[in-house]
Amino acid sequence: MKNHVLRPLFVVIIGVALLLVVRHFMVPADFGVQEGGNFTYNFHRLSNVEDWKNFKVKYRGREYCQECHEENAASILDSPHEVIQCENCHGPAIDHPDNPETLAIDTSRAQCLRCHTYLPYPTSQRSELPGIDPQDHNPGENCVDCHNPHNPDLENM
Amino acid sequence: MSCSRRDLLKNTFKATLASTLPLSAFKMLSPAQVKASVGDANVRWVFLVDTQKCVGCGLCVKACKNENEVPYDPPITRTWVERYVLMKNGQSHIESPFGGRDGYTDTSIHENEIPADQIAKGFFVSKLCNQCKKPACVQVCPVGATYQTLDGVVLVDRKWCIGCGYCIMACPYGMRFFHPVHKVAEKCTFCYHRIIKGMKTACVQNCPFEARLIGNLKDPNDPVTKIIMNQRVSVLKDEYGTKPQVYYIGLDTNVR
Repeated sequence: MKNHVLRPLFVVIIGVALLLVVRHFMVPADFGVQEGGNFTYNFHRLSNVEDWKNFKVKYRGREYCQECHEENAASILDSPHEVIQCENCHGPAIDHPDNPETLAIDTSRAQCLRCHTYLPYPTSQRSELPGIDPQDHNPGENCVDCHNPHNPDLENM
Repeated sequence: MSCSRRDLLKNTFKATLASTLPLSAFKMLSPAQVKASVGDANVRWVFLVDTQKCVGCGLCVKACKNENEVPYDPPITRTWVERYVLMKNGQSHIESPFGGRDGYTDTSIHENEIPADQIAKGFFVSKLCNQCKKPACVQVCPVGATYQTLDGVVLVDRKWCIGCGYCIMACPYGMRFFHPVHKVAEKCTFCYHRIIKGMKTACVQNCPFEARLIGNLKDPNDPVTKIIMNQRVSVLKDEYGTKPQVYYIGLDTNVR
């Protein structure tokens, strides 16, 4: 065969070989190896699933709080606020009591108004909650000065 | 130089063979590993939103941002709550300031006072990634950074993502956004780190009214599966064909 045919062929072969070598080192071993899957042929690093599984859990749930703060958990479970998780007001526990040592409690008026601003919506459960007009009902005051969040009904205090 | 027709055909055939053989060594596609659908996994995570129960407190959005380290103040969020107020005259007021992170504590919308006696319907709809069965965001990713796990959750590989934003454009639901810290595409993961440990997602756990539920569609005894199978539920933007897996109770035509 003539030289001018072989030369470009060598260039192509070298190019392909180079590509295969680069690809061998650049593509991780776990790329695109997942069994099953969908139309996307699983072009992804399988080990990334582990990265997401190891993400830090911050909201630990009432059961975790209850282990130490049994009385506080019992008091709110006995009130109309039983549906509210501890961490919604007390903040995410993360690794409490090690880190953080103390949790900052959200006792702001805004926190209470999330549910207790009266909104006149006939097709939402919102209008069935006990609600106030924030402009009218002791504006500027902190709700917790009168209402105990763990026992919010003033008549039962 | 002379070249007979016979030689030309012969050489063409050889050259074709020579160029196709090394290509097969690429193993770009391994069809044995590609199955038509998720056949093996016995878990398929699905979500159920009951708009009748949602009161718009926004505690789910707050919990999600804290749990998943989404910057708190920029107007980005993995999940959000929309307020719909539909008037008797056909007018509609729809808003979601900061994704409803601070709840809805005012009767006025966009600084318009809404007369209570004119309201026909008022309700809240929470939105999050639909973890589609046929995710458009996964299809368009040019580098294989986003993918679907066998239990149906779409995740983003933060090391692999180049931040091109194709997926942000492709999502029909506008669920994806650009993470300002990691500089990659960001999305709801159904709190994958929690659900695989048997916990609920942060938004489900912190919803006081059980307006949000997560379940396993492949478990016939799962309470969420029972509702999806036996009650009247709907999904958002079915017409896009992505087969969304967040089901809604009590949707209205005004909800898109």
